[in-house]
Amino acid sequence: MTNMEKEFLTKEPLPFCKGCGHTLISQNTEKALQKLNYKLTDVILVTDIGCHGIIDKSFLTHTVHGLHGRSVALAAGVSIGVAGHGKKVIVFMGDGSATIGMQHLIDSAHNNDDMTVVIHNNMLYGMTGGQPSEFTPKGFKTPTLQDGAAGDCYDICEVVTAAGASYVRRITGIGDFSEELAEAFSRKGFSLIEVMEVCPSYAVKANPGFKLKEVQQNAGLHSKIYTDEDKPVFIAKMNAASKSLVDVENFIEQKFNTPAIQQTTIMFAGSAGEGVQVAAELFAKAAITCGLFATKKGSYPVTVGIGYSASQLIIAPSEIIYTGFDYPDIMIITSQDGYDFAKKMIRKMPETSVVFLNSGIEAEPISARIIITDFRTDMAAKNVSLFAMYQFLKQHEIIPVEAFLHTVSNSKIGEKTDLKKMFRIQDNTIQETT
Amino acid sequence: MKNIGFIDSSRLITESLVRAGADVFVGYPITPANLLYLYAGKRFPQFIAAPDEITTLQLMSGLAAAGKIPVTATSFPGFALMIESINMAYMMELPMVIVFVQRLGPATGTATVGAQGDVSIVNGVISGGLALPTMSISNTSDCWTLPAKAVEMAVTMRTPVVIFTSKEEVMTQHSVNLGEISGIKKVERTIYNSKEKYIPYRPDKDLVPEFLPLTSNEHQIRLTASTHDQMGIIQNTSDEALENTLRLHKKVLHNMEKFTFYNYDADPGAETILLSFGISSLASATAVKTLRARGEKISLLLAKSLLPVPQKYYEILHKYKHIFVAEENLTGQYRQLLFGSKLPDHIHGINKLGKMIEPSEIISKIQSSTQQ
Repeated sequence: MTNMEKEFLTKEPLPFCKGCGHTLISQNTEKALQKLNYKLTDVILVTDIGCHGIIDKSFLTHTVHGLHGRSVALAAGVSIGVAGHGKKVIVFMGDGSATIGMQHLIDSAHNNDDMTVVIHNNMLYGMTGGQPSEFTPKGFKTPTLQDGAAGDCYDICEVVTAAGASYVRRITGIGDFSEELAEAFSRKGFSLIEVMEVCPSYAVKANPGFKLKEVQQNAGLHSKIYTDEDKPVFIAKMNAASKSLVDVENFIEQKFNTPAIQQTTIMFAGSAGEGVQVAAELFAKAAITCGLFATKKGSYPVTVGIGYSASQLIIAPSEIIYTGFDYPDIMIITSQDGYDFAKKMIRKMPETSVVFLNSGIEAEPISARIIITDFRTDMAAKNVSLFAMYQFLKQHEIIPVEAFLHTVSNSKIGEKTDLKKMFRIQDNTIQETT
Repeated sequence: MKNIGFIDSSRLITESLVRAGADVFVGYPITPANLLYLYAGKRFPQFIAAPDEITTLQLMSGLAAAGKIPVTATSFPGFALMIESINMAYMMELPMVIVFVQRLGPATGTATVGAQGDVSIVNGVISGGLALPTMSISNTSDCWTLPAKAVEMAVTMRTPVVIFTSKEEVMTQHSVNLGEISGIKKVERTIYNSKEKYIPYRPDKDLVPEFLPLTSNEHQIRLTASTHDQMGIIQNTSDEALENTLRLHKKVLHNMEKFTFYNYDADPGAETILLSFGISSLASATAVKTLRARGEKISLLLAKSLLPVPQKYYEILHKYKHIFVAEENLTGQYRQLLFGSKLPDHIHGINKLGKMIEPSEIISKIQSSTQQ
């Protein structure tokens, strides 16, 4: 059998109304595929919802029948997934599908996903009774729109051309247009062919004297090639050499003796952009270098660059199960933002707990002990949190200060910062511990 | 302690998925699932940034049909957009994993606050009441083991699988003994390789049709989201087509036994049991530890395979005089699913919205209710 004789359609009658343009599109598609010498399994036909979508059973290619409007996105996944296997991905959709799935058309045209989209544009929703779509031209009537569409319709060819498609063409779906379809199928990347056609059930009766070419002419929907450019096809990047996320570089060695402490909860609250989360993480890692267990979670507004930034820390001699707390044993406040955020929690803190408060913040009377400390004078904003953590540890050595200095020294910050200067250290503590 | 790392659980989940064989991540960023998105970009063999969550699920479906094992991570606003497409993937029987990081709702709610408020929506997500396999992460160890199991489930059953977690679980950093984690093998996939005509929806003995990707040059493949016969041809309600739809549900129930995971910490002689899952498991485990230290007898059941509800849970729970269910949502969604909305006197809910349930709240509820 030569390929010209290969049948892409079953011998059963096509499932469309008499005179429906969809029949012509199916027959011309078969002819175009024959011309291009495709085998049946070379072709993956992705269909949408609408009258055209019931064509699946008639095609002998691979067929995928998805949701209303989503066929282009589904086909994009298929196209990326079968890349390199010599498949031709074709999407059949109606003007209703194109309306609901407009973003997918724009995305795939923009990405230049490798597929050909054939829009069956009969200018209305046929399956549900002839309602107008965004493709219904001005003045065109449908059974539910007796006065005709008030506004202009979308020009999908202009839209996807602007979005970056490789090949875009509108044709009038009359007679043999297999050559035009074959041209679209043969292009690499995103090609779209809009076939203007007639719904015999709803368009003809609603628009007496209806002539397809006239409607096109009046709406400015010209049958022509809009673009035909060879552009790079979308390829999902392969990431073959990725490294394990739990490999050895994440390990933290125990370097210091384990301090005799009970499970302790700490809240560290300051301002965004002042390194709160980094300082808290380095503190937790320092605790781990002392053989302790640690947890940390951050609280901050979704706009991470402004307002408060807070971190809840737990350190313990044994595994920590529950990672939350209503109020901490120790609160460290470096700024007014931090105080305002933590105020409710501070009110709950009992007299056995302690609040380290930056000097200048006016605190209301509370039960917890308050220790006023200067965390900010002459300190660059980005260093305030690290400096505060260091100052806190010097006054309340819950873990050895050396462990914190060691961890900071070995962090990215330590690599590019003079810590002695930043922490205002007069002796050689840092050198001794690194 | 050896090989201790200080990492967030998003890292463990991502690594587990990749090691089990998930090979493409499709994502639209959303708080609090954004760490999963970040790590996936570094670690997955392929990473595709989608323009929205509907596209995400459609791309995943196309990729799965082509033979990939796709993963995404989202939260309620994104999941809501995915629902129709999840139904499509379920109907087409395409394997994929959706990590559902719960946050405070309704609507956009608060993106940076955790929750367990989406159990009901996932339970009912497949139109018609069909079962969608859903697991829930209870602790750090689950972050390593359950995602790999989810990949295995998705492939074995040819279905989307949901893994529930929450903001507090995926964004909190912990000290983790990385030296102890290992043992994840790549899931082996069986691909149809007979010369006989391929019937896309003909089930095997476990009610799962053999898989053949769209890359096939030998056999025609038909996939459809509409009611269909075994050939994948759209039908109205023929007996064969309805039987096929019913099989989708039976398939999940039939295979779930192999994938039923839970922790049952039975205290001999206890008349009280606490059931929890997800983030509330941590407070529950702490509460049970505290109560036992006080000499009280109490058992703990942590559900990891959440949906469809394993019948085993009823067997366990019915042994107890007092049943408590702790979950971070307003009305006790899982409790209602288990026992209905009108509770008998011996079943109690411990619920909270907008904040993690604290161990002290669980202890207080158990003590006040069992001493009445």
